[in-house]
Amino acid sequence: MIPGVTLELILYVTALGLVIIGLAGVVLSSHLFRMVLALVIAEAGANLMLVLSGYRWDAVAPILMQRTDQPAMVDPVPQAMVLTAIVIGVGIQALAVSILIRIRQRYGNLKRREVAEKMDAEIAASAGIRRDISQDAPLGERPLSPLPAHTAESRGGDA
Amino acid sequence: MSEVELWIALILGIMMLSSAVLALVVKNHLAAVAAASVVSLGLALLFALMRAPDVAMTEAAVGAGLSSLILALALRRLGLWQIDSGSDNSNLLSASTRGKEDA
Amino acid sequence: MRKLTGLLFAGGLGFMLLAIASGLDFGSPPMRIGEAIQSASPQEVGAANIVTSVVLGYRGIDTLGELAILFAAASAAGLVLGRRHTTTGTQRKGGFVLFHGGALIFPFLLTIGFYIIFHGHLTPGGGFQGGVILAAAFFLPLLARPGARLHHSILSVIEAFAGASFILIGLAALGEGQAFLQPMLNQDTLGALISAGTLPLLYIAVGLKVGAELASLLSNLAQTESEQ
Repeated sequence: MIPGVTLELILYVTALGLVIIGLAGVVLSSHLFRMVLALVIAEAGANLMLVLSGYRWDAVAPILMQRTDQPAMVDPVPQAMVLTAIVIGVGIQALAVSILIRIRQRYGNLKRREVAEKMDAEIAASAGIRRDISQDAPLGERPLSPLPAHTAESRGGDA
Repeated sequence: MSEVELWIALILGIMMLSSAVLALVVKNHLAAVAAASVVSLGLALLFALMRAPDVAMTEAAVGAGLSSLILALALRRLGLWQIDSGSDNSNLLSASTRGKEDA
Repeated sequence: MRKLTGLLFAGGLGFMLLAIASGLDFGSPPMRIGEAIQSASPQEVGAANIVTSVVLGYRGIDTLGELAILFAAASAAGLVLGRRHTTTGTQRKGGFVLFHGGALIFPFLLTIGFYIIFHGHLTPGGGFQGGVILAAAFFLPLLARPGARLHHSILSVIEAFAGASFILIGLAALGEGQAFLQPMLNQDTLGALISAGTLPLLYIAVGLKVGAELASLLSNLAQTESEQ
């Protein structure tokens, strides 16, 4: 066996690698469906991490046998939590996917940038704001010029 | 810890990490769903290796089975279901799936 | 720019998580609760599968919350998808293998699903896993024949019944002067099919609820018409 490579190292690298790949995918992906996939992968890594936290050397699965000498068992509590987390994860995933279906029905696309643009335009239109002036201009009316120092002080005194 | 466990974990870990990357970079969406399913399957095997048979069963049934099914059905609804991929992606995966479709 | 910040974020997160993970002692965790549950569970609950006694006995309210979350997610998905009439003409029928294989495998899936649910307190498995297999069994004919429909009213009746019975079993324990969802009835011998008090009943309720929920969710996703 390669020296320095232990079971511990392999499992931690796998779990953390899945979490990091998943979160990087959420941040970097330009397609909304890939974001859902990346979330699924990150969730898998987190689940593996939780189960690893309950692992013990030379222990058996937490199931009682008909024998007198009961060997050591791995921790059952993280396993129960992961059991819960997996099932909740699939529910969340179904919800995310159905929201994606609605987004596609409404905007006809799933590219992150285009959907964001169209949503911005829609919000601006329903708020009655012209959006085509500038990307960086503040919305609404032109902001007031900053107040002179003495008026600001007197206002502060009033309040 | 036996030597066999170490090798199994190593192979599974490499497989899972590479298919996780593949799921995010491959162009064909159906292939991406399949790669995510491979991650779940490897995870189920790792759970079994870590003495968590309950969790392994759940992951195999829910993660590898049901979740991939939901994603694939969603692909069909989203209009991204394409086995016969266009000319833009000529990588290995889409070529093999195209061969299957023709048969 | 966005890519750069994203990569920086991922790298920083990886460094942080690695720093935390290197502090954990792998293979010999401090497990006071785990040790206590392992020594007390055979007398208190009587289930051979300790994970089951944690899921339904020691953390029963947690499982009830999980069922509530799953119910909320499934009904929210149904609400978001909306009810649309199917246009079955556009959907292709399943092939020969899917059609006949589905019919052939259906009883086996049903048997395995119920087996896993009934033996949840003895062997690995239980209501969640078995419920998923039941949902798959009832969803398979839908893939083979797109025209077929699941009866959503029956499914919702099953789901409501199962959820209500889970809570009723918990309330019964409360009526006996014990804690909510505390395992009751006599435990019988460890490892027998009828043992561990109310745990198998709770797992049957969980299995039916999860199966009905996921089956209706899947059929919702599959049946509403596609856009093209």
